[in-house]
Amino acid sequence: MYYVSELLKDAGLSDGLANTLGIYISVILLATVFLLLPIFTIWVERKVAARFQNRVGPNRVGPFGLLQSIPDVVKLLGKELIFPRNVDRIPYMVSPVLMVMSVVMTVAVAPLGPNIIGTDLSIGALYFVAISSLATIGVVMAGWGSNNKYALLGAFRTVAQLISYEIPLVFTLLIPVMLAGTMSMQKIVDFQGDNYWVFFYAPAAFFIFVLSNLGEVGRSPFDLIEAESELVAGFMIEYSGMAFAMFYLAEFLHAFLIGVFAATLFMGGWQGPFVQDVPALGILYLTAKAFFIYFLTMWVRLTLPRFRIDQMMAFNWKFLVPVSIVHLLITGFFWKVLPEPDVTGNFIERLWYGAPRMLVMFVVSALLLGYSLRMLRNAILRVREETTAKLREAYPTAHPTTAPAGD
Amino acid sequence: MEITWQTIAFAAFAVMTLGGGLMVVLSRNLWHSALFLMLSLFGTSGLFVLLVAPFLAAVQVLVYIGAIAILVLFAIMLTRRMMGLEETQNTQWPAAAAVALVLFLILFVTVSPLVDEQWFKDILGGDKKDGLGQRISTLNADLPVDPDAKDSGVVANEDLNIVTVEAIGEALVTRDGFVLPFELASILLTAALIGAIVVAREDEA
Repeated sequence: MYYVSELLKDAGLSDGLANTLGIYISVILLATVFLLLPIFTIWVERKVAARFQNRVGPNRVGPFGLLQSIPDVVKLLGKELIFPRNVDRIPYMVSPVLMVMSVVMTVAVAPLGPNIIGTDLSIGALYFVAISSLATIGVVMAGWGSNNKYALLGAFRTVAQLISYEIPLVFTLLIPVMLAGTMSMQKIVDFQGDNYWVFFYAPAAFFIFVLSNLGEVGRSPFDLIEAESELVAGFMIEYSGMAFAMFYLAEFLHAFLIGVFAATLFMGGWQGPFVQDVPALGILYLTAKAFFIYFLTMWVRLTLPRFRIDQMMAFNWKFLVPVSIVHLLITGFFWKVLPEPDVTGNFIERLWYGAPRMLVMFVVSALLLGYSLRMLRNAILRVREETTAKLREAYPTAHPTTAPAGD
Repeated sequence: MEITWQTIAFAAFAVMTLGGGLMVVLSRNLWHSALFLMLSLFGTSGLFVLLVAPFLAAVQVLVYIGAIAILVLFAIMLTRRMMGLEETQNTQWPAAAAVALVLFLILFVTVSPLVDEQWFKDILGGDKKDGLGQRISTLNADLPVDPDAKDSGVVANEDLNIVTVEAIGEALVTRDGFVLPFELASILLTAALIGAIVVAREDEA
């Protein structure tokens, strides 16, 4: 918003007009660009998925199949919106809108450059969490409004999943907020320009943040909401045409925004060389970081099979939640105890004097992550041993690995 | 009254809040009532934004819509045969209306000094001594007046925002503030949490 206004002022408009026009133009730009972005990220995702599965992926429409998504969108636009009998019409139709809204509205607080941001709310981080939580209502409305048992089961799972995964998300989100001493997204990024990236102070928090965000989006391995083999398509089973496409859009946009927000909160956002002189470079840096994290999430999605619902809840409540709470306490403790380095010098000096504090916190956080992962692994191995023993007892003649799976 | 963008936004949010609230009680379908409750709560958070209380607005969305209203929705969905009832739920609505009216009047009288002194005076018996109007204006005189508020008029939004969040945080944890109620509430919530787990737990013995 501020950047667009300044550009307009440079072009010779008066201050008031530039500010007003700047707001409108940036709202339109932000909303449109991010709404159209999934057309591109769907192509990226299909290409990457194809590579992971030893296929070629879309390669017919345009160079490298780049334009494949556009005919797909046209096809979806042309499809009929089907209203099954006895659907609850208003909630049924409001739900996809709400889903897209809950994702697009978070873009408003994503800083794209030194002064390129929708609006720098003083409660940016809280706003992000609050608006994201609206998605839950969208799913419940779709699930109940569809008048379909699979949709309803999907909605029931959703609330369990989305609300549970919100907890580690908030606890890890608190770490950049705590270190920077503010909830404003822009100031969190500024903080990471003066110090190290939050990732180096709390690497474990970064991974937990991305994981719990994956749970929020409901993508594999957390796609219990729409588990095809159990629920056909979960809460969106009855939707067709553009209404279905909006759920799809919300999911893909949300998946990409994980990258944007994780980069903003943990990897310095738009920070990079020469960004203070050329603000537009910030968009480039942020996009690069966001796509890197997006690739990580795709990697997880394409490699791991789906969790069972009880495993997913146990993973959250017995692993992510306690680790994120302990991590928050430990990070806060060390941040207060370790002496604050001198931040007056130039960039290199700040990095040099800040290094000891960063190294201690990095090691502590990494140790915590390693230790808790070890505990998780041991717990899983114990369960496996117990299951194997039970199976041996039940099928003494069969080899345990060929015995039918039990629970 | 001057019509500004704030007035229009206020009108929109007020309609959302009151209309949603009305539909909560008027809707026959309990599930729709819960959805309207969310709309009403969302309108309230919009009002908080207009009052330059962004923290409260976000918390309102997060806690009331994101958690409590969802819980209400699920309580309804998991209760047998609560859905799609076409007849009135019970016959106690006159009593409920009376209680609501009394509560509304109490609120009205308490809050009204803050709104528009003269208007209420005219309505409630003019300048008569011992009249309600007179008492209200006495009340109004006792209210603390912020000396800066009138001079500066509009304060830059960003400054106000920062003060709000930090002030809430400080008030919650300083000894002069609300640290005792805050800690008590925390203990209460923890106890409730543990209690819920104990009640819900299956007997292992």
